[in-house]
Amino acid sequence: MLKLQHLSVTFNENTPNEKKALKDINLSLKKGDFVTIIGSNGAGKSTLMNMVSGSLFPDVGDVFINGKQVVHLPEYKRARMIGRVFQDPMAGTAPTMTIEENLAIALSRCKKRRLTFGVTKKRRELFKAYLSKLNIGLENRLMTKVGFLSGGERQALSLLMATFTEPDILLLDEHTAALDPSRAELITQLTKELIETYELTTLMVTHNMQQAIDLGNRLIMMDKGEIILDISGEEKSKLTIEDLLAEFKRLRIEEFESDRALLV
Amino acid sequence: MFLSMFGAVESGIIYAIMALGVYLTFRILDFPDLTVDGSFVTGAAVAAISIIHGVPPIVASLLALVAGFLAGCITGLLHTKGKVNPLLSGILMMTALYSINLRILDKPTVSFFNETTFFKQVQSVWEKTGIDSLMNGLLSSVGLTQVPKTWAIIGVMLMITLIVKLLTDFFLKTEVGLALRATGDNKKMIRSFSANTDSLIILGVGLSNALVAFAGGLIAQHGGFADVGMGIGMIIIGLASVIIGEAIFGTKTIARATLAVIGGAIIYRMVVTLALRVDFLETGDMKLITAVLVIASLVLPNMLKSRKEKKRRSEKRLQIELRRKKEGVTDA
Repeated sequence: MLKLQHLSVTFNENTPNEKKALKDINLSLKKGDFVTIIGSNGAGKSTLMNMVSGSLFPDVGDVFINGKQVVHLPEYKRARMIGRVFQDPMAGTAPTMTIEENLAIALSRCKKRRLTFGVTKKRRELFKAYLSKLNIGLENRLMTKVGFLSGGERQALSLLMATFTEPDILLLDEHTAALDPSRAELITQLTKELIETYELTTLMVTHNMQQAIDLGNRLIMMDKGEIILDISGEEKSKLTIEDLLAEFKRLRIEEFESDRALLV
Repeated sequence: MFLSMFGAVESGIIYAIMALGVYLTFRILDFPDLTVDGSFVTGAAVAAISIIHGVPPIVASLLALVAGFLAGCITGLLHTKGKVNPLLSGILMMTALYSINLRILDKPTVSFFNETTFFKQVQSVWEKTGIDSLMNGLLSSVGLTQVPKTWAIIGVMLMITLIVKLLTDFFLKTEVGLALRATGDNKKMIRSFSANTDSLIILGVGLSNALVAFAGGLIAQHGGFADVGMGIGMIIIGLASVIIGEAIFGTKTIARATLAVIGGAIIYRMVVTLALRVDFLETGDMKLITAVLVIASLVLPNMLKSRKEKKRRSEKRLQIELRRKKEGVTDA
């Protein structure tokens, strides 16, 4: 479904600020895979997401979605295949437009936009049905401007907008990080339900290790632009936070040791 | 007095089309577009020269519209593909258009009083309807001695402006229109929903200037001349109309906001006409009056709002104090 091959990118090359953000990344997702990505700040998680979405381009490497080479396609063209939720609850919706108008925009993601009404009676019923599944009462507020919603409500709406057209790939970029614990829990629950309902192939970045362990069928740990750990299936279901931390230390201290060996 | 107000409303309705164009960029796209000062004249010049060369007035007006659209598209291209700052791309285009307008007109002022214009055509049809004598009869029965020469322009312009408004309302509710509005609202979001923000900005600025140039073509036919300097300060008149209208009529829905812009354009003309009747103000003071008007409609609503909020709070405090006294509770 999603295939990344030899992705590399370096920012500010040949300057003191040079940063190898991704080093020869290879990753392949089957249809319905739900992969959680963890790693410290600057590990390359967001860069990886941006490579898939097309808001950044790699120096070398290929991106295939559904067998189609998309590495040259700009973000807006790839967006037909990709649903996306950002960390900032304000980023995924248009604040001065109503809930139904936002949903109408999301509905025309996979096709050419035409000169016909975006919100029709039929569509309004459809939107109501989708919104009522969120169980937060948004179905009665179709005409409310999104700017009046709380952060949690906006993020729930963003999540719905990103998923209900069943994209080939769903990208979740720390989408619960800016919410309070109870809202984050609600959004996590919704995420699980929506991904299961539509059987979406998902990449999710998170800083919450427990969340990374609980969700999905595969876990990836990144560090310094590389994938250093890739656990899936049964092995993942038995995973604990302690295991992860121990593994991280083992992998990185080994390298540290070898670096020191070089210095000596 | 009545006649000058009548004239103010008449031209206000024509300028309202220009104001709707400014609304599209300034409010919908959040793109402060200064091309307007140039494209207004481009519209006037294209209409004037076409009519002088025997093009039917309606076609000439539509040509003005197309010319404005092209000018706007270039501004949009400068900003999106050339990555030039929005204000600067507008200023550059406005400057370039000054020379282009002079080329179209061939001299600073072209007058065509004796040519057949759109309004003259309308008037000749209008006279047969007998509306003029009816309206003027009504006016003289309420005691007005001076009656307007014709109601044709106000009548037909009311219709055209209303059609433009309804088309704008419709467009902004279509799938393309929604994407255009979201482009002005949240570019990151609309890109993630597969919209090409560059083409939408170009389209939006193009449409805006199409309306501006269309208004320019009509104003030229209304006055019977086109002048290379007639667009100076047009953007501020447009902004004044948008801001005054929004302050008075509100912006709850798109339909309401576009109506507000038309109302604002008419009120702006009326206020300027009234102000110029004050003895110590001269025609040259018009720009100052406009600036003061815009400042007032930006500042006053905020002041009123914060005063209302203060009043609400002090009332609430008073209520709580009264209740405490009643219950015999003291702070001590």
